[in-house]
Amino acid sequence: MAQMAKDFYHNEKVKVLPLAQKPATQKPISLRAQNISAGYGETPILKHIDLDVPEGEITILVGPNGCGKSTLLKTMARILTPSEGSVSLNGQNVHQLPTRQVAQQMALLAQGPIAPEGLKVRELVAQGRFPHQTLLKQWTKDDSVAVDWAMEVTNISQFAERPIDALSGGQRQRCWIAMALAQETDLVLLDEPTTFLDLKVQVDVMNLLTKTAKEAGKTMVIVLHELNIAAAYADNLVMMRSGEIIAQGDVNDIFTRENLRAVFGLDARVIFDAEAGRPVCMPNLNG
Amino acid sequence: MTIQKFGEVGRLGLMAVVISLFFALHISIGAKAIPLSDVFTALIARDETVFDHIVVWNLRMPRALIAMVVGAALAVSGALMQGLTRNPLADPGLLGLLAGASFAVVVGFGIWGSAIVPIMPLVAAGGALAASALVFWIASSAPGGARPLTLILAGAAITAFLGAIIAAVQLLDQDNFDQLRVWLTGTINGNRMSYMMWCLPWLLVGFLVSFAVARQITSLAMGDEVAIGLGVNVAQVKILSLIAVVALTASAVTLSGPLGFIGLVIPHAVRLFVGTDYRFVVPYSALVGAAYLLFVDIVARIALAPIEISTGLVTSLLGAPFFVWLVRAKL
Repeated sequence: MAQMAKDFYHNEKVKVLPLAQKPATQKPISLRAQNISAGYGETPILKHIDLDVPEGEITILVGPNGCGKSTLLKTMARILTPSEGSVSLNGQNVHQLPTRQVAQQMALLAQGPIAPEGLKVRELVAQGRFPHQTLLKQWTKDDSVAVDWAMEVTNISQFAERPIDALSGGQRQRCWIAMALAQETDLVLLDEPTTFLDLKVQVDVMNLLTKTAKEAGKTMVIVLHELNIAAAYADNLVMMRSGEIIAQGDVNDIFTRENLRAVFGLDARVIFDAEAGRPVCMPNLNG
Repeated sequence: MTIQKFGEVGRLGLMAVVISLFFALHISIGAKAIPLSDVFTALIARDETVFDHIVVWNLRMPRALIAMVVGAALAVSGALMQGLTRNPLADPGLLGLLAGASFAVVVGFGIWGSAIVPIMPLVAAGGALAASALVFWIASSAPGGARPLTLILAGAAITAFLGAIIAAVQLLDQDNFDQLRVWLTGTINGNRMSYMMWCLPWLLVGFLVSFAVARQITSLAMGDEVAIGLGVNVAQVKILSLIAVVALTASAVTLSGPLGFIGLVIPHAVRLFVGTDYRFVVPYSALVGAAYLLFVDIVARIALAPIEISTGLVTSLLGAPFFVWLVRAKL
């Protein structure tokens, strides 16, 4: 899929295509956690984790509360520093690179971010341009183009001049996604982007993310809570429990009755939805 | 974009006009009123033989300049603190910085007398830093950590405590502290211009750093994680901001004593007009803060003329109702 987008880019007609189909760079990208242990304070939550994020795919991390999925994402996003091991982004150690340089290659949507009161949608999205600006060169044409594109893709252009706090939960989340997209990175990490949203809005958000990822050739790592949402959108599914990765791989191979029981202690049937080509789980009632 | 640019030029132009107007009014008003036309002549064509010109240049203009600088310094400190701590009630006075700076100056004065004058900004900075650290430590060790409410409570406790010690010291040594008494209520006086030289480097560093970090403050106001994700060096920005806040607050206290509520009121007023982006909030806080303190100092001199009210009393009289409104509206 990413390759297709790149072929488009080399085509002469590319100028009339929407920007969404422009891959951010031509370089191969890689994000790899090697033998990392991390956590808050003394006791590590993650225990010697290895994770290789497949390029151009959507990797979704799931697991019971406290399993360390958000900790893993935060460690890869350099919010947390691992006590052991390292995270490499395109061959360089994320925790040693200048943070601005990392932000030019990898965007992060934190969990439940709060916008300062009264901040307008366009101002929020424009924050995504921070890593591309310097003190002297504050705003360029590229910045405007990227911000307009990000608002277009996320369908929030009509709210551009409204304050964030006046929007609904789903609209607000689209604004934060737009901010991350305006960063124009190949890699986007998202920490529970659908939490506290209605099912319909969760689906909207996930549709938006996967569509953008495919069209713009982005690699995404997403922490999710909802198992069926994860199964519906993951290319690569990672299941975690007690700070360890129990299973990972193609969603159809990983999303099984046995794994759900082993990872979540959940007794559920897994049904294959032929129309979507994806598995769905149905919890068994009354044992 | 062109409309926005025009709006920006218009806003800046408006501020320039307001500040010039207050500046001229401020100079013209006083024990002996000097007509505005004479103020302009004095500013443009200074004539040492005319008495009014000497008054303008030696007494009134220094006072106006100090009012502007102090207003700008306190307003910018407040804006940085509010953004950094994500606390709408952050202000150098409410979080104990003003009390800390005053306390340090009083103690320094008590020990070394007037020999302290050259290093007064330094002493004030030490006091502000120590008090803010203490307030933050107390708030952090409260259940629930450093939240707006715990910070305000800790700030109030430290301010009251230091205020009591200052009062006690004053009672014990009245002769020595008579000259500090007026200063401690917050007052603007042209004869403090000699301190300006000592404060200028501090002010310069404070303002430059504030303008430089303003862009990052907007990101930080969205939380540390968001800021790191955007590539902001969070630790660096926090340290730089703290340096700026302490330098500006210490200079303001040295020049005029503790003036409350300016750092609280001005950034909120500014946000109503320029929005929440700190790239605009910080510089406009400087401009509006300068204009506001000029205005307040005019009020302080004409409200009960010929008696002059301490400027700090007027800032508090105007600021306290605003604080009450803010608590009701935002907490």
